[in-house]
Amino acid sequence: MSDTNTILEMRDITKTFPGVKALSNVTLEVKRGEIHAICGENGAGKSTLMKVLSGVYPHGTYDGDIIFEGKKCSFGSINDSEDAGIVIIHQELALVPLLSIAENIFLGNEQVEAGRINWHKTNAEAAKLLARVGLNENPQTPITQIGVGKQQLVEIAKALSKQVKLLILDEPTAALNDNDSAHLLDLLRHLKGQGITSIMISHKLNEITDIADSTTVIRDGMTIETIERGPEMTQPRIIKGMVGRELDHLFPEHTPTIGEEILRVEGWTVMHPTIPGRKVSEDSSFDVRAGEIVGIAGLMGAGRTELAMSLFGGAYGRKVAGKMFLHGKEVQFHSVADAIDAGLAYATEDRKRYGLNLIDDIRRNISAASLEKITSRGVVNANKEIVNAERYRKEMRIKTPSVMNIAGQLSGGNQQKVVLSKWMMTEPEVLFLDEPTRGIDVGAKYEIYTIINALADSGKAVVVISSELPELLGICDRIFTLAFGQITGQMPVADATQESLMTLMTKEREIA
Amino acid sequence: MNAVKDMLSKNLRQSGILVAFVAIIILFTILTNGMLLNPTNVTNIILQYSYILILAIGMLFVIVVGHIDLSVGSVVALVGAVSATLIIKQGMPWWIGVLAGLAVGLAIGAWHGFWVAYVGIPGFIVTLSGMLLFRGMTFLVLGSISLSPMTSEYQQIANGFINGLLGGQGYDLFTLLIGAFAIAGFGWSQWRARRARIRYEQEVESLALFITKLTLLAVIVMYFAWKLATARGFPIVLIILAALILTYSFLSKNTVYGRHVFAIGGNINAAMLSGVKVKRTIFSVYVHMGLLSGVAGVVFSSRTNGAQPAAGNMFELDAIAACFIGGAAVTGGVGTVVGAMIGGLVMAVMSNGMQLMGVETSIQQVVKGLVLLLAVAFDIWNKRRAASAKA
Repeated sequence: MSDTNTILEMRDITKTFPGVKALSNVTLEVKRGEIHAICGENGAGKSTLMKVLSGVYPHGTYDGDIIFEGKKCSFGSINDSEDAGIVIIHQELALVPLLSIAENIFLGNEQVEAGRINWHKTNAEAAKLLARVGLNENPQTPITQIGVGKQQLVEIAKALSKQVKLLILDEPTAALNDNDSAHLLDLLRHLKGQGITSIMISHKLNEITDIADSTTVIRDGMTIETIERGPEMTQPRIIKGMVGRELDHLFPEHTPTIGEEILRVEGWTVMHPTIPGRKVSEDSSFDVRAGEIVGIAGLMGAGRTELAMSLFGGAYGRKVAGKMFLHGKEVQFHSVADAIDAGLAYATEDRKRYGLNLIDDIRRNISAASLEKITSRGVVNANKEIVNAERYRKEMRIKTPSVMNIAGQLSGGNQQKVVLSKWMMTEPEVLFLDEPTRGIDVGAKYEIYTIINALADSGKAVVVISSELPELLGICDRIFTLAFGQITGQMPVADATQESLMTLMTKEREIA
Repeated sequence: MNAVKDMLSKNLRQSGILVAFVAIIILFTILTNGMLLNPTNVTNIILQYSYILILAIGMLFVIVVGHIDLSVGSVVALVGAVSATLIIKQGMPWWIGVLAGLAVGLAIGAWHGFWVAYVGIPGFIVTLSGMLLFRGMTFLVLGSISLSPMTSEYQQIANGFINGLLGGQGYDLFTLLIGAFAIAGFGWSQWRARRARIRYEQEVESLALFITKLTLLAVIVMYFAWKLATARGFPIVLIILAALILTYSFLSKNTVYGRHVFAIGGNINAAMLSGVKVKRTIFSVYVHMGLLSGVAGVVFSSRTNGAQPAAGNMFELDAIAACFIGGAAVTGGVGTVVGAMIGGLVMAVMSNGMQLMGVETSIQQVVKGLVLLLAVAFDIWNKRRAASAKA
């Protein structure tokens, strides 16, 4: 049967969780040697489908058939699916920080001879695999010493060591910069040449139209359509399938009403918390006015997050110089609580690590930063809290049956809405939104942009930190560029282009 | 019936341990031919395990915030030693002994809190050090010999009863009245909470179920009060314990402070970025633990009528076990005071039941060890079940 053109067929997959039908008769057909993209909004069921395929949800917990290489499969665990040649690389990489590249590649599959690990063989084999993925690193380098982009390649090398036939990548480029993304996509094409089939889940539609041979769109747990490569496979067509309607614009129309200056930062200089002498922000100055959306454009590592967090009550690093003014008056914060009280809010780029208490419910996550608003005489009013959380659930359209559900069980876009709700509840004057749409699909992005606009229209000053230039150009009124910890320029959005921004974002440190 | 089932499955973590508790009581009542529920024995269980329960209250907070305290047994010993030295050797009045004991507890709590919160050493290490440190200091204070007896007032703390205040024939009317007041108070607060929920348009259980639950609880409490009333009356230490449970349960569930403790245990980074004063909160959790260790130390020295160098040995493990059996999560962020109390009572009833049956101490240890393991295994199984049901 191996001569058939189809490597994988998933037939009528239905998966129900108590009260929710996550997948309903989903069909997926993947041809041998192709790159197959799966698109869908957050919560549409993409990840669930891949978990069914890889045996995370074992055979018997779902209905329908999986036919891989012509054989009906009933995987009981990830090990079963890996034995069959299906390897999944998750969005959050599964590498062990303290081990070397080679040790990570052969983790669980150690190169053993007579009960002892043969380190020469381990490193030699690892080097061969690294060459295949185009990664020029010593196999004995600790994994933490290479960047996320290279770690992603190590994951793929690990998959290759398992004789992978079908490689599944969940949002592989979500955390990568443009260079690394391009390299990864090249690698996928290269592997395709070697006969390896890939399934790629992604929100980055330009990548999909660039690389995919076919695209399956999933919405609300159902297969909408599979589009073959050709003139039909366009971004508007995919978006239409994902959201069930045409999105005329990627960004909502918005006419700003800009008022008085709210926040001004001058000469802000911050030292790295542990590395002596290293400045993560150097002499940075910027300002933002009421009703204005200001962008901070910077590549990863430029010190965007560090700048924002150090302003937010000194949550990062050690400030050595600089002044901050609110409404023209100089302010100094000694703690995050001070900053929140003064009307600052900072929504993190990493919701799981810094934004949410994943084991607690949505309701308590929303009120976590403004408990005093629902507290009288030291006692938290649980009823007020629920009513309040319900209000945000409706306003922000958080997809969940109840605010008493655990935050960790929400999809990425909905988790982001919880984070935003939390900060809206503090009624801030200045909102720092760090990568507000990372890992979020098109439909939800549009919603988030609408929320950002509404916040600005209500007179708040909004600072959006992002490395996605189209996003900044689409929603900001003014953009500052940040490179190597320094503000290298600012321009009104009307004058800005991707090229002009990128030039400033890569500007070398001026030697004073 | 469906509503009951729904409630049980929603709160399996809590109700599971409650079901186990009831099962253990029934089992040992049968095995001991009813001796377990004998009025004198019920009183004894409370007197014997009150200090473990007091420690478990503080330990619950420490575990929820993501740390542990291994030193409480040694602290109990040192508190008793200081208190006994002042009262017996220096001839001070009993209340000076109590205050000094509490002060020692508070100071030790602040000491631990400083190293854990402000220096950043894991609680495991700091309190492991404290365990050795304060045991050594106990030996120093006592000169390696036991001190006894305490004054009679001091003894009353853990051994005294309020009896005959209002009379009654063959039973103590006062004890029954306290039971009745407790039920009335609890019923009233539940009713108010229910009214508030309705006012805020929240879901409430059916009135029938609500009344059934309260009635069931009332029967249990009155039965318990009757047991006490027909024995020696209302133990003073039970008043202390009840006050502590109410206070700390309220603190954990209904106050900003409690929320901050749980937020830190759930995700310390997110808590920090939400404006929670992380260091201060962790520090204060250890101060509370210290204070409660002080109370437990006073109660224990009162109960044993003196101070011994080896007092309180292994108490920390009983207190920790109580929290985990009661559903606290090893990784922090989850747990309830009431759960920890039930967890402690599970251990107490088992120990007491086995003692009544004349089971050897060695076997008792084996059984207690296995129960702890099974309780946590059940918890993990239950979590996995919940995760695969929702995911």
